[in-house]
Amino acid sequence: MNNESILSRIQEHFGSEIISSEVNFGILTIEISAAKSFEIIEWLNKDEILDCSYLTLLGGVHYPESLNREFAIVYHLHSWRKNYRLRLKVFVPSENPSVRSIVSIYNGANWMERETFDFYGIIFEGHPNLKRILNMDDMDYFPMRKEYALEDETREDKDDRFFGRSSN
Amino acid sequence: MKEENIAVGSTDNKSEGTIPQFMSESTVNKESLEKLLNNEDNNTTGNSLANLTDSKETIDGKYATINFGPTHPATHGIFQNILKVDGEKIISSEQTVGYIHRAFEKLAERRPYNQITPITDRLNYCSSPINNMGWHMTVEKLIGVEIPKRVQYMRVIIMELARIADHLICNSVTGVDTGALTSFFYPFSEREKIYELYEEVCGARLTTNIGRIGGFERDFSPTFHEKLKNFLKTFPKAFEEFNGMLERNRIFMDRTRGAGPISAERALNYSFTGPNLRAAGVDYDVRVMQPYSSYEDFDFIIPVGVNGDTYDRFMVRQEEVRQSIKIIEQAYKNLPEGSYKADVPEFYLPPKEDVYNNMEALIYHFKIVMGETEIPAGEVYHSVEGGNGELGYYLISDGGRTPYRLQFRRPCFIYYQAYPEMITGMTISDAVLTLSSMNVIAGELDA
Repeated sequence: MNNESILSRIQEHFGSEIISSEVNFGILTIEISAAKSFEIIEWLNKDEILDCSYLTLLGGVHYPESLNREFAIVYHLHSWRKNYRLRLKVFVPSENPSVRSIVSIYNGANWMERETFDFYGIIFEGHPNLKRILNMDDMDYFPMRKEYALEDETREDKDDRFFGRSSN
Repeated sequence: MKEENIAVGSTDNKSEGTIPQFMSESTVNKESLEKLLNNEDNNTTGNSLANLTDSKETIDGKYATINFGPTHPATHGIFQNILKVDGEKIISSEQTVGYIHRAFEKLAERRPYNQITPITDRLNYCSSPINNMGWHMTVEKLIGVEIPKRVQYMRVIIMELARIADHLICNSVTGVDTGALTSFFYPFSEREKIYELYEEVCGARLTTNIGRIGGFERDFSPTFHEKLKNFLKTFPKAFEEFNGMLERNRIFMDRTRGAGPISAERALNYSFTGPNLRAAGVDYDVRVMQPYSSYEDFDFIIPVGVNGDTYDRFMVRQEEVRQSIKIIEQAYKNLPEGSYKADVPEFYLPPKEDVYNNMEALIYHFKIVMGETEIPAGEVYHSVEGGNGELGYYLISDGGRTPYRLQFRRPCFIYYQAYPEMITGMTISDAVLTLSSMNVIAGELDA
């Protein structure tokens, strides 16, 4: 099972929902639309040829600079019978960061979605118990968002320019 | 709650799904109780503190809510389980995690790559070297370094020692929770020898920070060789002594068989990996499925269980220790000649005497310490077989000197979700046993 045949198989069924695709260090990465993410993952789980029945990892990424694509939800799937990994990305805007929960497909997604909600404030619609998991319940912000600096803001020696990025 | 309930519950701990003898038929709706005990209408994925109190069915008219943790000695870590019990039978439960959450993923976004290694130590601190090396391999994959065969074999030796230490702790603690304290002390003298071996390589024992991006700090010392040879000679014998105490012990077997089982199908749905999944009968092991660090060179088997219960988890770990010894023997026997580090001066700190005497080494030293290293942009997922399962690193680099995003796949965090499902209908003492045999490490759970 090589990456081209995986991609063409998915394109056959969800051609219009695939926004882009690339291969990163051997893992096929596909960006799919948020509206159809649940259907695609459910189909990947059931499909006999692709047989992507295992969810390895689910998490979020924050890209504050990309307009209307501020949050990414990244799914790592793994087919154990065919032994390949697949990475799916869903981008959602910061005004309405929500995507359909996949807990009904993979129970293991439950805490991973809660953690992503806890860190980024991404809403997983249909999640049975979407609340904070690692942080305090009464926390009123989402700490992994890029606007929350880790360091003390009064320090001048630790801004982003010193980390190889020139944001200001 | 009546006294007799507790007494009956603790002696008759395998009467799952049946109504205990002491109960009169008139006080309870038999069907609804059985339904509840068989967990038919209890949505474990969605249970919350709120619905722990709204059930109607009881044995004696009362439920008790018990806090198992956060600082209970039997949890072996800081995490809380709120158990709703009827007598001693667990009706439903909910875990609260995050007591030692240290925001590692956020911290990692503001640390140069070599400073992230000490963070990984503190994930699963029972087998830190595996975490360290998994991280090194992730970065090496990103920057595209060819690692010498000798380094790969050295890593295999250290990682398998770590796996032995991890499994020894888990299994001896399972012994403690069944009431066998001797089986806790004996393996600890063996674990001590493994820690001495770490000490020879990196100077540290628990949070090892072992190795570097590109290889090791130094080659194995003569003392290491001596101690490793000695370990390989004495450990199997000492380990069989440990087995003699538990493996075929009638009391231990009766106590652990059938406690906290999970089927292969449910385990897969919960994204289980590692010994807990293999105990349920699925032979998934990253070392074989996607070999890293030359694991394809070694001959070893993946033990699997049948029932996915505590005894199977225990036995899978026992057999893995024997296989690890086999791997170490092979790796040590065939240890290739060569350098103990890859040729990556941009990432690997030069020796101190070169920094003082050699201009080029001084420049590299300065660039590494000041974080002026060029890192390619890219996305990497790399996973290793940790003590608890697939330990993965998802790294997004935007070319900055720190990761743009680093996510750890912590096997504990993922499989611990299944705990309420595994203990519903069991007794409290089985819940304790199940927890310790799952090897939930608080550091990895909360990250």
